[in-house]
Amino acid sequence: MMLSRMLLQKKRLFIALPLILLSVLFLSPSSVLAAGEKEEHSGEASHSPGQEEEKFNAGIMIIDHIVDAHEWHILSTRTRHVSIPLPVILVEQGKVHTFMSSRFHHGHASYKGFKLETEGKNEGKIVRVIGDSMETDQNAPLPLDLSITKNVLALFISCILICIIFISVARSYRKREGHAPKGLQSILEPVILFVRDMARSSIGDHKYERFMPYLLTLFFFIFFNNLIGLVPFFPGGANLTGNIAVTMVMALITFIITTFVGNRNYWKHIYNTPGVPWWLKFPLPLMPLVELMGVFTKPFILMIRLFANITAGHIIMLGFISLIFIFGNINIVLGYSVSVVSILFAVFMGLLELLVAFIQAYVFTLLSSLYFGMAMEEHH
Amino acid sequence: MSLLTILLQAAADLIPIAKMGAGLGAGLAAIGAGIGIGQIGRGAVESIARQPEAGGDIRSNMIVAAALIEGVAFFAIVVCLLIIFI
Repeated sequence: MMLSRMLLQKKRLFIALPLILLSVLFLSPSSVLAAGEKEEHSGEASHSPGQEEEKFNAGIMIIDHIVDAHEWHILSTRTRHVSIPLPVILVEQGKVHTFMSSRFHHGHASYKGFKLETEGKNEGKIVRVIGDSMETDQNAPLPLDLSITKNVLALFISCILICIIFISVARSYRKREGHAPKGLQSILEPVILFVRDMARSSIGDHKYERFMPYLLTLFFFIFFNNLIGLVPFFPGGANLTGNIAVTMVMALITFIITTFVGNRNYWKHIYNTPGVPWWLKFPLPLMPLVELMGVFTKPFILMIRLFANITAGHIIMLGFISLIFIFGNINIVLGYSVSVVSILFAVFMGLLELLVAFIQAYVFTLLSSLYFGMAMEEHH
Repeated sequence: MSLLTILLQAAADLIPIAKMGAGLGAGLAAIGAGIGIGQIGRGAVESIARQPEAGGDIRSNMIVAAALIEGVAFFAIVVCLLIIFI
């Protein structure tokens, strides 16, 4: 009864939609954030990859698969690259430029005064060029990049998938009121109840319901995106939760909710911790400083934990596959023999990654609910 | 050559050593995480041996604690990655 009410709450969509929109807003300038994101196209220097790539460069291949890009690379044969070009949306000096990223010809051509930078500190970003040449205009500021990149498209795909699944489940709960769950309901109900029990034990019996929409959205968003990121072919494999902008948005929303829900007791514990001797608070407020750092560290490490876990998992699996090609470059027989062991290890790592996908979603949601609970705790 | 140029040259010459430091840091982080999670595992397994009915509860707490410790280890990994790539 309560489950159907929970799922039918329109509040869920109202929380999910801002989450999606915020992610898009933060994701698009993601190339501006410095946390190890580089869009490299040097591996695909020309349209026929055959002549250019004699040596397999594992580092470039791995980085190419981890980072965001303005096109979705599907596969490369000996003679051609197959990739889906994605729209580029730039805002500069009040004017909006929209075009497909195929105009850039993988960084070889400039279009409408912009090009993909291939060297220097702006590598991988779209910069302004002087006139019609390929020379970067060093004095011009970077345009605001709101493009639909690979990660944004993956975000849209996964959000559509999540909406389809959950709206259909909500509808079947409404239709089958009083009956046993059937089909998709029966696989999702234990998971939803799992999140509900986790919220109930962290936040308390009377107050947990208002946070359920957010916690459920968070859990299933992270879980589905982790899983979709593990699928090696389109539309999967986009490493969305390994994008620090996405995890930052989720941690930020948790932080905002904790701040707004905090009651007097919570702030008292931060600025005037009971039980701490007075000389730690005045004249030098050491204890409040430490507690304030704790307030900011907690969402920050939420962000880092998810980002690093997922990205590290992808790097490890890509590394095992690259091992085959590295050995193959030395001696083709060696390459074939290593491939057996390498594939076994990659499969094992993939299974571990499935576990990690669930655990990271669980830990993010658990910690969020714990922070909400701690913020609303009454005095003992 | 001015002092600043010498310092700049010295900093540039030390980049390989900085990368070695990053590698060492990552290894130390792995050791720390390994020891920490090993302690958790030991405590969890011992508790389950003492009281098998509480196995489910202990298992969930163990997973949560392991994820938190891994988070801290990943802090160190991210710092090392920043050293290498930025």
